[in-house]
Amino acid sequence: MRHGLRFALVLTCVGFAHAALAAGSAEKGKTAFVQHGCWQCHGFVGQGGVTGPKLAPNPMPLEALSAFVRNTRGGMPPYQKAILSDADIADIHAYLSSLPKAPDYKSIPLLNP
Amino acid sequence: MARKDTADKAGRRKFLTGFAAAGAATAATAITAPAARAAEPAPRAPSALPPSFQVAQAETGTPREAKNRIGGTAGSDFMVDVIKTLGIKYLPANCASSYRGIHESLINYGGNKMPEFLTCMHEESAVAMAHGYFKIAGKPLMTLCHGTVGLQHATMAIYNAWCDRVPVIVVGGNDLDAATRPPGVPTFHAAQDINALVRDFTKWDDTPVSLAHFAQSFVRAYKIAMTPPYGPVMISLDAGLQQEVARSHGDKVAIPRYVPTAPPQGDSGAVKEAARLLAEAQNPVIVADRAARTPNGIKLLVQLAEALQARVIDQGSRVNFPKTHYLSAPPNAVSGADVILGLELSDFWATVNSYTDNGDNGGIGANSSRIKQGTKLISISSSELLTKSNYQDFQRFQSVDVPMAGDAESTLPALIEAVKAAIPSSKKGAIEQRGQAAKKAHAEAEARTKQAAALAWDASPISTARLCAETYAAVKDLDWSIVSQSGNVSGWLNRLWPLTEHHHWIGRSGGFGVGYGAPASVGASLANRDAGRFSVNIQSDGDLMYAPGVLWTAAKHKIPQLAVMHNNRGYHQEVMHVQRLSNFRDRVANLGGDMGPVGTSIMNPDIEYHKLAESMGWWAKGPIKDPAQLGPALKEAVKIVQAGQPALLNVWTQPR
Repeated sequence: MRHGLRFALVLTCVGFAHAALAAGSAEKGKTAFVQHGCWQCHGFVGQGGVTGPKLAPNPMPLEALSAFVRNTRGGMPPYQKAILSDADIADIHAYLSSLPKAPDYKSIPLLNP
Repeated sequence: MARKDTADKAGRRKFLTGFAAAGAATAATAITAPAARAAEPAPRAPSALPPSFQVAQAETGTPREAKNRIGGTAGSDFMVDVIKTLGIKYLPANCASSYRGIHESLINYGGNKMPEFLTCMHEESAVAMAHGYFKIAGKPLMTLCHGTVGLQHATMAIYNAWCDRVPVIVVGGNDLDAATRPPGVPTFHAAQDINALVRDFTKWDDTPVSLAHFAQSFVRAYKIAMTPPYGPVMISLDAGLQQEVARSHGDKVAIPRYVPTAPPQGDSGAVKEAARLLAEAQNPVIVADRAARTPNGIKLLVQLAEALQARVIDQGSRVNFPKTHYLSAPPNAVSGADVILGLELSDFWATVNSYTDNGDNGGIGANSSRIKQGTKLISISSSELLTKSNYQDFQRFQSVDVPMAGDAESTLPALIEAVKAAIPSSKKGAIEQRGQAAKKAHAEAEARTKQAAALAWDASPISTARLCAETYAAVKDLDWSIVSQSGNVSGWLNRLWPLTEHHHWIGRSGGFGVGYGAPASVGASLANRDAGRFSVNIQSDGDLMYAPGVLWTAAKHKIPQLAVMHNNRGYHQEVMHVQRLSNFRDRVANLGGDMGPVGTSIMNPDIEYHKLAESMGWWAKGPIKDPAQLGPALKEAVKIVQAGQPALLNVWTQPR
């Protein structure tokens, strides 16, 4: 609960401060996603797993992602500007936004044995 | 220590003495002859002197009746007699001179049956094989090793067995008598007290000094290992004792009869109080880790859960509860509980609390409660009967309202009866409603799980969800058994496969010592082979490389297994740890040209696991990176395994 409140406050503040975050490049974002270790917990296509939640498809808005990455006090370690620039975050967001929607599990025979 | 029989040595000594005397005579002649020639010419010396009486007898006489060199029954033959009384089926071991006596007796005198010697290439593999075997067969194996260097290799696997409450009988050879042990290597491989190395994580150890003592020690070791809480035991076996002649001292040396000890049950008063709390609870939740020691444990837990319509969280060191049952619940189900029953939990604290490794509190991380204030906690655990000081496998201290020191499975029948008696008729409607809510929650969770599995379905490297789904599709019509620990595949084995039987999964390693997976899977596959089952191993890459020689052991002894590599090309747990610390310190993680931080990747070059397996007698294929190729490859591999050969697919996978 304590972390949830803090995160909500951060989002509110960041909403004003980063209202004009530039749109990124999906191609650069794919490289940044690997270089900066996002794949380690979230998988190469942001599918998530036991180590980290799903990021794609339909990622959270860029501003929220940026605020979370900079300020998280949960299981994920924060990434400050010294190691991940705003441009990198925007590129990563563009990459996650470019990933296709997963098929409905009901259409996959192996998931309905 | 070892008392050598000298009865038959006199003849040999006399023979040697005679030979030495003849040689001395020859030498004396050679030295004195030149002096004699200086005084006067001497007659020409003969080219060879006639043999002495003793030498002539030794060379030409009729040999006495052939007899073995030790002149009687080997002590180690008697040891084999003792071992055979306990019905131990296999003996995985890496050979060593300090146990050559019993090794020879096992394969020749004992006919290499009960136990059958399985050639291992590492002592850690041998112990882990015994560990995996027990988790399927429910029967312990023994292993032999050098008491020093071999035991040093075996220690991590013994620690895993200790933490996982699994019986393994470890026997270490040792040349104890410094006055008679062979010099050189055997001295480096000897010690005063080899058992000291593993005393902190074995239930019991002994150093027998006579054959009668061995008989008692071995049967006692077996009995202690097999009394819940189970655990590994250690016997130091003197090399001299193995090789000395068995003496009767008038009577035949007795072998004690093994009678299993009844497991300890929870106190009857505490059982009654636990039943009262559970029966009166609004939302009781059961959490089980090593509760089901046997297939019957699962049945009992189902009975208890259904009597209460209580959801069950299976923490997975064993198959405790059917995954398909509507009362099967995820770990966060504790959050709404007002009474929690913990059965053989290795970590009650972490069951009801959470820890976040976020650098808070001066870097140590943050703790928070997962449960409502006032939630009553009940524990039944045999681990309370066996805690040692040095190794900290007992976790953080958790206060519990009704703690019982006893074996959970053995206590369940009494608890079930007490719960049924304690449920007031007025509560029956509410209990039924609880069950209906659980059915709905279970169905919704299953749909969410499957949709999560559909994510990255066509990705390359192959997603761990697809890896598990494809593998299940290939074996679902067989009598299958998962012989890997967790496989580090985001729990997809447990989430997608219908685990309902005791043999469906062997559970985790206990101590999380990496290198356990491959050998434990081979041991479990051995037990499955004998039961006519099909073994599936989701094999992590880093784990296999600790001691890959176990692949050869599987091929050598015709132990079939389908191994599907989860090849994510890294020690992935450590990949994330180093990344986390880099972030906490505002430093860019140095990848050194790999994908993970320096020191954590297994790439450049990539290991060709299929070639490694092929070189050791396995059928193998890979690397498989395209998910569309996985299904057909699995079909091929399954046929090979059904024909009796182990098969491995090297699959490139997503990290988790």
